[in-house]
Amino acid sequence: MSHSTDESVSDRSGEPVLCIRRLHKRFAPKGGPPVEALQDVSLDVRCGEVVGLVGPDGAGKTTLLRIATGLLVPDSGTATVLELDSVRDTLQIRGRIAYMPQKFGLYEDLTVQENLDLYADLQGVEPAARASRYARLLEMTQLETCADRLAGRLSGGMKQKLGLACALIKIPELLLLDEPTVGVDPVSRRELWRIVYQMVEQEAIGVLVATAYLDEAEKCHRVVVLHEGRKLDEGAPTQFRERVRGHTFVVQPRQGARPRAIQGRLAGQPGIIDATIRGGRVRVVTHERDRAAVARAIPAGLAAGIAAAEPTLEDAFMKLLADARSSRSHADLPAAPARMAFETHPRQAEPEIERGAAAGGAVHTRGLTKRFGDFTAVSEISFDVQRGEIFGLLGPNGAGKSTTFRMLCGLSRVSGGEVRVAGRDLRRAGSFARQRLGYMAQQFSLYGQLSVIENLRFFGRAYGLTKARLAERIEWALEEFDLRSHRDATAGKLPGGYKQRLAMAAAMLHEPDILFLDEPTSGVDPLARRDFWRRINSFAESGVTVVVTTHFMEEAEYCDRMLIMSQGRELATGTPGEIRALARTASHPDPTIEDAFIALAEGAAQPRGTGGSP
Amino acid sequence: MNAFQRRAMRLTGFLRKESRQIRRDPSSIALALVMPVVLLFLFGFGVSLDIKNVPIAIVLDDRGPDARELAARFSLSSYFDPVSVHRLDEARQLLDRGAVDGIVHVQADFSVRLARGAAAPVQVLVDGTDSNLAQLVQGYTLGVLNLWSQQRAARGLPTHLPAVTIQQRIWFNDAVNSTYFLVPGLVALVMTLIGVLLTALVVAREWERGTMEAILVTPLRPGEIMVGKLLPYFVLGMIGLGLSVALGRVVFGVPFRGSPSVYLLLSTLFLLASLGLGLFISAATRVQFVAAQISIITGFLPAFFLSGLLFDLESTPWPIQAISHVIPARYFVSASHTIFLAGDVWSILQWDALFLGVMAFVLIVLAKSRLGQRLER
Repeated sequence: MSHSTDESVSDRSGEPVLCIRRLHKRFAPKGGPPVEALQDVSLDVRCGEVVGLVGPDGAGKTTLLRIATGLLVPDSGTATVLELDSVRDTLQIRGRIAYMPQKFGLYEDLTVQENLDLYADLQGVEPAARASRYARLLEMTQLETCADRLAGRLSGGMKQKLGLACALIKIPELLLLDEPTVGVDPVSRRELWRIVYQMVEQEAIGVLVATAYLDEAEKCHRVVVLHEGRKLDEGAPTQFRERVRGHTFVVQPRQGARPRAIQGRLAGQPGIIDATIRGGRVRVVTHERDRAAVARAIPAGLAAGIAAAEPTLEDAFMKLLADARSSRSHADLPAAPARMAFETHPRQAEPEIERGAAAGGAVHTRGLTKRFGDFTAVSEISFDVQRGEIFGLLGPNGAGKSTTFRMLCGLSRVSGGEVRVAGRDLRRAGSFARQRLGYMAQQFSLYGQLSVIENLRFFGRAYGLTKARLAERIEWALEEFDLRSHRDATAGKLPGGYKQRLAMAAAMLHEPDILFLDEPTSGVDPLARRDFWRRINSFAESGVTVVVTTHFMEEAEYCDRMLIMSQGRELATGTPGEIRALARTASHPDPTIEDAFIALAEGAAQPRGTGGSP
Repeated sequence: MNAFQRRAMRLTGFLRKESRQIRRDPSSIALALVMPVVLLFLFGFGVSLDIKNVPIAIVLDDRGPDARELAARFSLSSYFDPVSVHRLDEARQLLDRGAVDGIVHVQADFSVRLARGAAAPVQVLVDGTDSNLAQLVQGYTLGVLNLWSQQRAARGLPTHLPAVTIQQRIWFNDAVNSTYFLVPGLVALVMTLIGVLLTALVVAREWERGTMEAILVTPLRPGEIMVGKLLPYFVLGMIGLGLSVALGRVVFGVPFRGSPSVYLLLSTLFLLASLGLGLFISAATRVQFVAAQISIITGFLPAFFLSGLLFDLESTPWPIQAISHVIPARYFVSASHTIFLAGDVWSILQWDALFLGVMAFVLIVLAKSRLGQRLER
């Protein structure tokens, strides 16, 4: 039953390894309306093919993968894996497929080698074949030097690669990956995909990968778009792209105009589906092939020019979802609304007592250092954030972003240097400063067993809001973050995007001046990410200072300024334009922030800063 | 490789992983090895149901040599810590203040009546607030008096005793040492902790960390997961058992009158029932916190209070007695007491073994039905 590696690849190529036919699955959560997780979904995965399963949160991606593994039983329809039925022949299937769940299933208290040993035993890998297999997997994942390290001590990206290595311990005929790159920095993401494609080319396995990242789906042979349990469309990425040709434009801001100002004007305008900032320019997707609609929406004097843009899968995806919405006139969908909810933010009218006087604006650090014993997690970081600015902290896993963050919020003691938040020294005025700041932790840090409304009430009271004021702020939060439909849902069981909105709502209830967001968009789909940045923008416009960490380099474009760090040190500080300029070479005249980041991380670009870097 | 070899490889791989995790997890070592020691010392030295050095007041209205000899008996006894008081009302004040737990009052005509061969009254007053202690003090006081009069009688001296004496006999625990009673019961507590709490936590942890989802989608069978989880914690529980018994014998000198093989059989059945309960809880809840709560409520607390370890179940109200019949620890505590203190009394042990066996079987079958190959049940 085990297929050897040198079996003729061409013979099997094109054979279906997974056939999903008319799958229906409904969940009936306690105390909530039943959820249609999958409705009439069919798809195929063939040998040697990588199929991307894309869709926003709650689209049914994980449910579909779990049905294919036999972990869930469909209500109707079939999943046929290698000509075996997923329900009837579950155990037979499990010897021939590999599955990496979202939490990748590593034992953190075992070493890298021990994890590999375990999965080799469970998968029945012949002892004689192991040495060469291990060597190959460790080489592929570049974990050779870490074989004796505990899995729990690996960085996020390394864990993810080890999870993949464990899944690939025996060459499977079908590989199922559930959001394999969530929370992984760009360098590790590239490596992970390289391994998957290497396996596909050499072993002709079939791969079905659920992902919320469309730049990854772009590399798949075929893409299936799921939305609210239904299949919206499927095809090769090029087919998707061609469909939106002529709908995509790029707006070059006039010298001195901020791209965010243009993006803010465009988002939500009639005829405009999507507006994002990419490489200092604004990308626009329109309903019709209509350049004039873009020109009309931009106030005079902001744009230097509008050009047609090469369409991407993300553009196509945005248009698909927009079309699906309008055709079904679904009112309960959180359609990216144009309304700038913070335009009447009450804080704006307040006299500025301390803010003007405070040196360095909202956040000020000089030589910020954090040591844990001999280990220096953060070394000599200095930056200033002005009021109303969106400031990004960027870096790979383990760069010290979260540690820096905790020091800024007063959650972690400063080992050296100076921090002033809202003009106060945190070491002396911790609780005062904390009243003025809102913090959203990286992990979901609300009460999973409480409902949405109970969480909001609790956090509101914790910040000292009472009665009428509390009720008013909760109403605001339900409205602003589109949580009303899930008011009484259990927080722990919400889809990722809703959790993120609830967490942010809880952090904003007491109307903080400074908002700290630690990896707020990790694992969140493109729709929810746009929604999120739209809100962040409007908060910033109304004078709230936002400090955000992210490993999505494209999101760095939404920041006014950013600091890139690696291994606890500052690599560069500056505006998105300045950062991109660091990686500009003759052969690569138009680098993205991701390119710049990778160049900086690999030491190829000379770190330069505009904000006090050494 | 044939199917059997593959099965063996899966199982050994899983067992190896499980034992590595146990060795690296300080909490499981603490629960299995440190906890028994702590519990034994706590109960062995700290919680004693015996009396020792109880403060009493002795009022001698008769200062004659007989009376003083009797008083000296109390001073010499390790059970009492007497203070001499001159007047009864003084002693009463001490009793009211709680400074003493009892008064022995030797009346003025004690020597005279003793010499006459008449019954010489000695008044014993006991603080009845703690009824348990009161009874013990009363009993021990009478014991001292009895001993004294018996020894006088042996020497041919007149005693105050009436012709008939109440003979108290204590079987099996002739030292009337509560440590002998507590230690065998404690073993049940230690094994409940390992079997129910530790097991429930480790399986729920696999669900929480997502490793269960990953290993389910391997050829590993649910039955193999069961064995892979049962066996290591069974061994750990047996180590805890061995440690407890060894400590009980060496440090506290608890007798062991039954045969080790019978004890091994009974404790195996009990441990299997505990492990079955632990696995069932964790498979049903899948959340460590909830699993811990339920383990304590359904495993640890009943083993503590409803097993006969601390309180004699015969003297509890009938609903409590009824509930105690579904607690595995009840049967094991009974069997332990029997084997340690009495010997292989099969008329008791056969029922304990039968009930434990049935419970172990039912709980393990229940746990296996919950630990399927799918996420939903």
